[in-house]
Amino acid sequence: MKKLVRFLPFIIFISLGVIFYSQLGKNSQELPSALVGKKVPDFKLVSLVENTLQTNSDLPKEAYLINFWGTWCPACHLEHPFLNQLALQGVTILGIDYKDDAEQARQWLSEKGNPYIDVLMDETGVFGLDMGVTGAPETFIIDSNGIVVHRHQGPLNAQNWSTIKGFLK
Amino acid sequence: MSHLYKCLAFSCLFLITLFAVNSMAEELLTFRSELNQTRYQSLVEELRCPKCQNQNLADSNSSIAIDLRKQVYLMIESGKSDQEIVDYMVARYGEFVLYRPSYSSATYLLWYGPFAFLVLGLMAFIMVLVTNKKKVRTSL
Repeated sequence: MKKLVRFLPFIIFISLGVIFYSQLGKNSQELPSALVGKKVPDFKLVSLVENTLQTNSDLPKEAYLINFWGTWCPACHLEHPFLNQLALQGVTILGIDYKDDAEQARQWLSEKGNPYIDVLMDETGVFGLDMGVTGAPETFIIDSNGIVVHRHQGPLNAQNWSTIKGFLK
Repeated sequence: MSHLYKCLAFSCLFLITLFAVNSMAEELLTFRSELNQTRYQSLVEELRCPKCQNQNLADSNSSIAIDLRKQVYLMIESGKSDQEIVDYMVARYGEFVLYRPSYSSATYLLWYGPFAFLVLGLMAFIMVLVTNKKKVRTSL
């Protein structure tokens, strides 16, 4: 018993070391979304393409992506070609034009191609707040039951898509 | 002549200190009451910016922090309680936005851990004292 007490600090040191070591290399910037496991929050947004009011009932019925982007966002420029590629592969992507100007957004889509089934205008960023967006680009993966299953912050690319793809079902 | 330069230098310094005091990220807001203003101030200091994770909403100048400050302001002025505002933020950004975490099974260790360690340390201290005393007595 006495020997055990003597070794107690050492045991505590080792166990703390194991805990800290297991946390090393983790991306501390990455936050789990509060929305995972929930439905897409209610919204009423105007479509950039058709100029009509869209609500939750207009959301796709299959699994899809919600992609927040804006013409003001440099990382979205990088991401756009990859989104075009995904759209060609048959991935359904709903675009949210986040805190942006409609005219510039239309021009962007006509110049760079449109990977989105629809683009909704969130000029004030209210829907972004409801989704817990912290910036653009940000992508949510919604499963076929309409439940948010994953959130990715930053641009999508071939590397991270291989893991994100797994959520899309 | 040199007197004039001194005067100029001093007034420049004075101006610089004026701006330095106002460097905190803040918009000009008018509140309906003094109470609302203090509530706003304490909320933006207590809520964490989700983008720049080591700053609170008051200190951050990222666009999301500006939006969230605006949201806090609007909710206060429309008569929402502090709890409703905190719940609104947690529903969107998770427990992470709270600098003061709520009491739950996941945070018990965080809240009570330090006290548990303090008690353990005290116990060890007393044990060492008692055994030392015994040793002294037997050696006498």
